[in-house]
Amino acid sequence: MHHKKLTIQNWPHGFFRSVLFILTLSSLGLLAVNADAQSNIAQPLAKDPALEARVMDIAKDLRCLVCQNETIAGSHADLAIDLRNQIQDQLEAGKSKNEIMQYMVDRYGDFILFKPPVKSSTLVLWLGPFLLLLLGMWTLWRFIKKQSKTKKVTVFSDQDLSQARAMLESKDYLKKDAE
Amino acid sequence: MKRLPLIIFAILVVFLVIGLKLKPKEIPSPFIGKPAPAFELSILSQTERFEPKSMLGRVWLLNVWASWCTSCREEHPLLIEFSKQKLVPIIGLNYKDKDPEAIKWLNDLGNPYDFSVVDAKGKVGIDYGVYGVPETFVIDKSGKIVHKHIGPLTPEALNKDILPLLKKLNS
Repeated sequence: MHHKKLTIQNWPHGFFRSVLFILTLSSLGLLAVNADAQSNIAQPLAKDPALEARVMDIAKDLRCLVCQNETIAGSHADLAIDLRNQIQDQLEAGKSKNEIMQYMVDRYGDFILFKPPVKSSTLVLWLGPFLLLLLGMWTLWRFIKKQSKTKKVTVFSDQDLSQARAMLESKDYLKKDAE
Repeated sequence: MKRLPLIIFAILVVFLVIGLKLKPKEIPSPFIGKPAPAFELSILSQTERFEPKSMLGRVWLLNVWASWCTSCREEHPLLIEFSKQKLVPIIGLNYKDKDPEAIKWLNDLGNPYDFSVVDAKGKVGIDYGVYGVPETFVIDKSGKIVHKHIGPLTPEALNKDILPLLKKLNS
């Protein structure tokens, strides 16, 4: 039997939409994993819950430098506890979130920020994924164009045609469906 | 066009090899080239206090250590050897330690420091961006931090980075 070749014409309708959908889903999945890592919050330190919430709000944006994939809010490392205390002391002294973030960056560098600032040295980090996505889409596009140019019409051999004709005339297919 | 996957693979390999050689534990210090943060701490087993500004005009090392820190034990013999050369003053920052334990540690293993200052709560450590003990800072005559070594000193780090730097700064 001659199998029909899979070409762009007989791909399922909305193929592109499916591809985009899968890409979107997978990137959302990555975001979710990241968010999950950040939601793991350690035990509170302060007695005042409102102050505690403000400490944790700052701590969740700071990276623990000992265990680098954890936030200062989520880590049980000694340094993370010290830094949470430091945040608390500074909040009590009336410092704003921005001032405290700047204090941390001055001491530990941009690395302590879970969300790195956009600047010339981090452009690759910020734009890289989008460039890769564009590159991927471009490659896909070229691949598909090439494929669609090669074989547009499926040619059936004489044998295929006579077989098909014979089946139609004998109406065997009706019996098979009925079974 | 047929070789494209191979080219992409080769590029990936290059990036992975670079990635293998990176040390994510070693974060570049934002302090390099900036003045060493000021502090005033008491000196271990002495009544006097110490401030970094008293070292102005001299090149010195600030070595962060603690008796509970196992990597400090690792670098200790090297530091003792180095201190015997008497190239520069070595001042210890005894980080989040208890005085009796720190004193015992120095008595048992030897004391490479001119003296150590007590940072029991680790506040000065935070000011210096310390996140893993041991850490070693090289501070120049004008009181600026010129180099930071994270983790235990190695003969390689000492000979390749620190010694040439000290010679340059002292000349």
